[in-house]
Amino acid sequence: MSKDNQILEEFTSKEYEHGWSVNYEADEAPIGLNEEIIRWISAKKEEPEWLLEWRLKAFRTWQTMEEPEWANIHYPKVDFQKLRYYSAPKQTKKPKSLNEVDPELLAIYERLGISLNEQKRLQGIAVDAVLDSVSVATTFKDTLGKLGIIFCSFSEAVKEHPELVKKYLGSVVPMTDNYYAALNSAVFSDGSFCYIPKGVRCPMELSTYFRINAANTGQFERTLIVAEDESYVSYLEGCTAPQRDENQLHAAVVEIYAAAHAEVKYSTVQNWFPGDKEGKGGIYNFVTKRGICAGDHSKISWTQVETGSAVTWKYPSCILKGDNSVGEFYSVAVTNNMQQADTGTKMIHIGKNTKSRIVSKGISAGKSQNSYRGQVHVMKRATNARNFSQCDSLLMGDRCGAHTFPYIDIQNPTAKVEHEATTSKIGEDQIFYCNQRGIDTEDAVALIVNGYAKEVLNQLPMEFAVEAQKLLALTLEGSVG
Amino acid sequence: MLTIKNLHASIEGTPILRGINLEVKAGEVHAIMGPNGSGKSTLASVLAGREEYEVTEGEVIFQGKDLLEMAPEDRAREGVFLAFQYPVEIPGVSSTNFLRTALNQVREYRGQEPLDAVKFLSLMKEKMKLVEIDQKLLSRSLNEGFSGGEKKRNEIFQMAMLEPTLSILDETDSGLDIDALRIVSNGVNQLKSDKNATIVVTHYQRLLDYIVPDYVHVLYKGRIVKSGTKELALELEEKGYDWIKEEVDSAAV
Ligand SMILES: Nc1ncnc2c1ncn2[C@@H]1O[C@H](COP(=O)(O)OP(=O)(O)O)[C@@H](O)[C@H]1O
Ligand SMILES: [Mg+2]
Repeated sequence: MSKDNQILEEFTSKEYEHGWSVNYEADEAPIGLNEEIIRWISAKKEEPEWLLEWRLKAFRTWQTMEEPEWANIHYPKVDFQKLRYYSAPKQTKKPKSLNEVDPELLAIYERLGISLNEQKRLQGIAVDAVLDSVSVATTFKDTLGKLGIIFCSFSEAVKEHPELVKKYLGSVVPMTDNYYAALNSAVFSDGSFCYIPKGVRCPMELSTYFRINAANTGQFERTLIVAEDESYVSYLEGCTAPQRDENQLHAAVVEIYAAAHAEVKYSTVQNWFPGDKEGKGGIYNFVTKRGICAGDHSKISWTQVETGSAVTWKYPSCILKGDNSVGEFYSVAVTNNMQQADTGTKMIHIGKNTKSRIVSKGISAGKSQNSYRGQVHVMKRATNARNFSQCDSLLMGDRCGAHTFPYIDIQNPTAKVEHEATTSKIGEDQIFYCNQRGIDTEDAVALIVNGYAKEVLNQLPMEFAVEAQKLLALTLEGSVG
Repeated sequence: MLTIKNLHASIEGTPILRGINLEVKAGEVHAIMGPNGSGKSTLASVLAGREEYEVTEGEVIFQGKDLLEMAPEDRAREGVFLAFQYPVEIPGVSSTNFLRTALNQVREYRGQEPLDAVKFLSLMKEKMKLVEIDQKLLSRSLNEGFSGGEKKRNEIFQMAMLEPTLSILDETDSGLDIDALRIVSNGVNQLKSDKNATIVVTHYQRLLDYIVPDYVHVLYKGRIVKSGTKELALELEEKGYDWIKEEVDSAAV
């Protein structure tokens, strides 16, 4: 047995750190999925009629749709009738400010290292904390409000800013876009809403922290970000879930709308419970994320660090409609043990002089499977469109797999599309070289992997980059040596 | 400092080292020469702890400790340094970051405080002069896209930073032009003291004009078949290795 294999045999992946759960009194929908449940959710949230109709329409379409099977992932089918579609911590009255939020709920976030106490936060980061089906708290609302920025839970937005929600909901990801998006449109419970008015640069990072606590509960949240002309926002999403033997479903939808000269940076550090070493349990992460560069010179940039989930199915995409608009996708996807990830992006060039850049870094260890799936589509009108794609795979050991599926469709002869792909193995040579300088194997792997992912990590806001680096190291801890 | 006794090592069942004996004392420079494939790099790798090589017999004592029992990183922390014949590239990791990680792990092992960024950078500045290495090179990814000469120079720079007790230089001269050779040798000579020792592996005597050895050993077919002083290197330069091969091969018959 070669050394690579031998060290991989010693694989003792570190226990998932956020695997605990708490018991709180919950307000739950009955298990199962039908029109009654959807009405129940909508009523619970005191929604207007149009939104209920919208949900029901999505549900009816969903019933006619088939679960997609084209992705390179294999998992037992989800029984949608066995899930619960709404679970929320019982709060006697709706908290009007952070001070009124149940301290026990705040404690959950403290334990995750997410302080919702505005005074305690060192950096200016506003957080919307979503627990199971509802948003429990949003910080810095007042500070942001002074600039005209709206940052609140989706439910609140439906109540307070119905005209905005109505205008943009489903405008980027139509309710019937795909199987999971349709399901989400029918049953979504909460999420974040963010609106940056014309000419405003959002002075702090906006972030949503998703936490699944309840068992047998799917989390279906929606995020909607609207950036008006010449505005800027950087948005971060983080997530964890308790360790449970059953698989849990997370099917979110994120929509981003960027008007002329607007820029939206969306970063995700995804750390859902990946299942145990044998592949038992873990989150199914079936997410639809899409942004539209609607205005000229607008820019949307997706950065994702995907370390968790048992199965990931996710393709954050950009529709480059405005002339001179720019779409970017930076991704690090790590899979270990029995994890499976099929992730990538779509760049759809519609406007003239549109540019897109794709940097994907896959890291596979254990018996995991890691696929990049990317589409670059240049439409007829998109004169001088440019795309550059770089897809790298790093393998640790020889029982994992890395796959690249690039699709390129060009309908304008002036387009320039470049695709580069590499596959490398984390070398015994590299590790030995580090060892010989006094660096132990664990740190050597962390060093090498972070070096490999550097171009992507550099895109993250500073403090999250540090977190992400630690997370990469943690995910791969014990994978070599 | 270092005692190698009857060292045998093989790779995938093929014996490569077949009974090496060597004694290195503090303050000494030993040169190990020999034709290609004689086992020089293997010896260096075994001393550094590369696991593909299986030690089948013999022992190695380094400063009173059983070297072969130690993990490679602990050998490094104890003061064994190998300047690689083929230094590897680590994309995305700057030399600076790499060395800082290394140095602080070594310091931790020795019960010393980690160096803060300021102290580390000033130490780097000082050592950079020694091998005339450019700051720009150190902020680039480790060895990636470095020329052969830059890689070797970087090895010696790392050696200067880590201040090893025993340095093993594996063909550090190969791929160096005469100026680079002078600079690198100069660095090595300045690092020499009566507390450390150097093993220089080479198959050209050229390097030994710059780094003057106290002893010269000829390795052939996994054994040290001849030892002498600097004059032996000159003799090899003049006559090649064939006469030694003949001597050994005829004795074996
Ligand atoms: N990984 C390996 N697998 C098989 N044989 C090897 C391996 N590494 C070295 N050898 C063999 O061991 C012998 C000694 O090699 P080496 O120590 O590199 O010699 P030198 O450095 O003196 O040129 C050579 O015959 C070489 O082919
Ligand atoms: Mg050699």
